[in-house]
Amino acid sequence: MDTSPHLARAGWMSLLAQADPAELAAAMDGFAPPADAAWLRPAQTGLYMLRGRIGGSGAPFNLGEVTVTRCSVQAGGHIGHAWVRGSDPRHAELAALADAMLQDAQRHDALQAQLLAPLAAALDAKRDSASRKAAASKVEFFTVVRGE
Amino acid sequence: MYVAVKGGEQAIARSLALLAEARRGDPALAEIELAQIREQLRLGVARVMQEGSLYDEELAALAIRQAAGDMLEAIFLLRAYRTTLPRFGYTEPLDTDAMRVRRRVSGTFKDIPGGQVLGPTYDYTQRLLDVEAGAAEPVTPAEAALPARMPRVLDLLDAEALIERAEAGGDAEPFDLTREPLSFPADRATRLQNLARGDEGFLLGMAYSTQRGYAESHPFAGEIRMGEVDVWVCPEELGFAIEIGSIVLTECQMINQFHGGNGVPPQFTRGYGLSMGEGERKAMSMALVDRALRCDELAEPNEAPAQNQEFVLSHSDSVEASGFVQHLKLPHYVDFQAELSLLRTLNARHAAQARGEIAAADAGEAS
Repeated sequence: MDTSPHLARAGWMSLLAQADPAELAAAMDGFAPPADAAWLRPAQTGLYMLRGRIGGSGAPFNLGEVTVTRCSVQAGGHIGHAWVRGSDPRHAELAALADAMLQDAQRHDALQAQLLAPLAAALDAKRDSASRKAAASKVEFFTVVRGE
Repeated sequence: MYVAVKGGEQAIARSLALLAEARRGDPALAEIELAQIREQLRLGVARVMQEGSLYDEELAALAIRQAAGDMLEAIFLLRAYRTTLPRFGYTEPLDTDAMRVRRRVSGTFKDIPGGQVLGPTYDYTQRLLDVEAGAAEPVTPAEAALPARMPRVLDLLDAEALIERAEAGGDAEPFDLTREPLSFPADRATRLQNLARGDEGFLLGMAYSTQRGYAESHPFAGEIRMGEVDVWVCPEELGFAIEIGSIVLTECQMINQFHGGNGVPPQFTRGYGLSMGEGERKAMSMALVDRALRCDELAEPNEAPAQNQEFVLSHSDSVEASGFVQHLKLPHYVDFQAELSLLRTLNARHAAQARGEIAAADAGEAS
């Protein structure tokens, strides 16, 4: 495991949020939630104000909002949180449950191998495909020299 | 002035039913699914999100369907909906430098590190209506993916100090127009928030006016990039930042001539535009208007409409504008009756005066 628990947790929370909700649901099917799982904060959709930067790197400004669904669950002695973009409550619930279960040393490795690794691979494959398709439209412009 | 009237409940109920029927169209045809709108009308979805000031493709698709494709009505629906949701907080500033680029072009440099990537654009279409549009040919991906980070084109000029720098400064908390009303003079962050929510048509017209000479701006499209950007938040409960997903953004960096002034040497200055989804026309318009509105800061003459903050920022919002224009349809009966009776009085006085003048003239002739 990562030596920095925060970093590792931020990593998997980010991955769970970035995952396709249907893929996450399918992958979570194989893991029964702890019997004592209790929702501390049922899935709730709200807003974050997106911040941009003037000129891309300057002072911040408010661009507009984005829907975010958050959820917290207590399961197996751990508290799992989720913040996911969009208004899909199931996505947030599954991400929160997975976060709680991933903090459990007993379950962590199995989840890492069967949940996180496939989700990360799927996300990488999707991004790589989109990037290579965009790269197919890369151009070389030639300046036409005016005839003498 | 609008005065409340009573009655018409039944007529209103039937009007709503008629609207629902008209919106649905021929019931023999299948209703459009939200996923179809999201996937096949993505540019409309992007506009509704941007001007509705809420990034959510599903809600924007729903708004478009409910508004029967009237984008301004859909924008209004989304703006109204957002007021029902709690505000969790502010995201970390979006890092467009780390954008997973899908399109990136420059009008100023032919050879840019990372290359020019056309992506999905209408720029090179013939604009011929394709009545027999078939299934799209699948794109064969390139061997190699694009670089993970594309350097900013404007940074190329940075090295020579020929372009003004965009300094992060102290990261002061920017003004938030969803919390406090607009007041003047508005700083650049406030102006950008206003322009980001502003009507594309209005900003396009304003931007066009700057090119036609109503504010000397001599712009070049330094860089336009579109792609996915990760959204980071740092919730109090966690105490560390996490990604919550990614969004598509279009960013435009305009470069403008500047002859120097206000203690600043001659250099290129910048105008900035950022838009949700694929919104290139909007981002470019925003960047041109942003630059025009910087006239006071750069000690340029402030004489064109696009340079006038009060004019631009007060009239950019389509929800406000359409509300005020369209409220004229509401009953103004009492107002109008008052105007009518005033006009009758004036008219009668005018007639009486005319009769008096004629009588006086007659009397003059008689004497």
